[in-house]
Amino acid sequence: MINTTAISNLLTVMADDALIQGHRNSEWTGLGPIMEEDIAFSSMAQDKIGHAWALYKIIQEELKGSDPDQFAFLRNEKDYKCCHFVEHPNGEYDFSLMRHFLFDHAEAIRYEQLQQSSFQPLQPLAKKLKGEIKYHTLHANAWVSQLCRAGEESHARMQSALTACFPLALGLFEPGGEAEQILIAEKVYPGEKALKEMWQDRIYNILTAAALNLPDENTIEPVYGGRKGYHTIYLQPLLEEMGAVFRTDPAATW
Amino acid sequence: MEVNEQNIYKALELVMDPEIPVLNVLDLGMITSVTFSDKGVHVKMIPTFAACPAVELIRRNIRSVLQDQLHTEIMVEIDKEESWNSNRMTESGKEKLKNFGITPPKPYNGEDYSEYFLGTTCPHCNGNDTYLRSPFGSTLCRAIHFCKDCGQVFEHFKPLD
Repeated sequence: MINTTAISNLLTVMADDALIQGHRNSEWTGLGPIMEEDIAFSSMAQDKIGHAWALYKIIQEELKGSDPDQFAFLRNEKDYKCCHFVEHPNGEYDFSLMRHFLFDHAEAIRYEQLQQSSFQPLQPLAKKLKGEIKYHTLHANAWVSQLCRAGEESHARMQSALTACFPLALGLFEPGGEAEQILIAEKVYPGEKALKEMWQDRIYNILTAAALNLPDENTIEPVYGGRKGYHTIYLQPLLEEMGAVFRTDPAATW
Repeated sequence: MEVNEQNIYKALELVMDPEIPVLNVLDLGMITSVTFSDKGVHVKMIPTFAACPAVELIRRNIRSVLQDQLHTEIMVEIDKEESWNSNRMTESGKEKLKNFGITPPKPYNGEDYSEYFLGTTCPHCNGNDTYLRSPFGSTLCRAIHFCKDCGQVFEHFKPLD
């Protein structure tokens, strides 16, 4: 019997990351630097929010959780488990693009591994989401490599975005303590450290081909806290905006 | 109409995709099983993309079209065991899609997606001198390409693993 609190926690972490990243992506709707990018970030927003919903649905159906919409929109800030990385405002396009690249490769690795999860309900969903996220990484890889070859300023901006993003991106793999060890022992997933190593191997090759330097992990401090409910000043205003319509009538149906 | 498997499939041919109105749910490969019980007919379906906003609408359409045709209780469920991939689309579905002006997905065999976007055939002029403008388009299932032969932008139903 798998520990339901630990697995519910893991699913909440993944879903909250996807939900918040999805909302940040949606903020490019109408503002993208070119039409195709506007459409791309809007499509990825739709995917991410749909993925979050599918994960919340598993929590509801398999782990006695609450209704996905209520869970997504009516929790207190401290009950969200997203990492600081996804909370940060979009900033310039270089930051958004680099965050998208680092975040989506991390998600891809996670879903690839969860296809073999001992928690059966995750297997078909992980397979499906992995297939969809391949389009997100395809998009990110193409833009990172093109912008790094688009002249000195463009390359410099991508490097500074990577340097700024990397400590935050390590927060995607914040250690989960005893609960994480239980999930590793029960073969629900390989654990954060193993995922982080696979992720670094994957992004290293793409970044090297784009002539970008990955900061040395030993010289920087990873940005942790999100998984324990400690958040940046950016989350609360985002939650307020995101749930404003929902809260006007939480019982409404469409 | 008598309630039997043949007539159920015939009725399912009338349920069209709201985003691509030339394709029905069988062309898309969205139906995974049809069974009977003393309660009525049970249909299981799968969405193309997890975040497809049309799933609930399609589910309701299947129910109302089948009920109209067969005059029996119809129950439509999402099949959680199966997941959709683009190889499920039928050959006649691909033909209809092409005639509608959207390039159908090539058969997918597990390779990297980027390979699937090289020289995608233009549905307007059949030219192959094309390039991918964006892997995202007007709906989640479409990508945007440009054809250098006829100088037009066209859409492509994306292959999905």
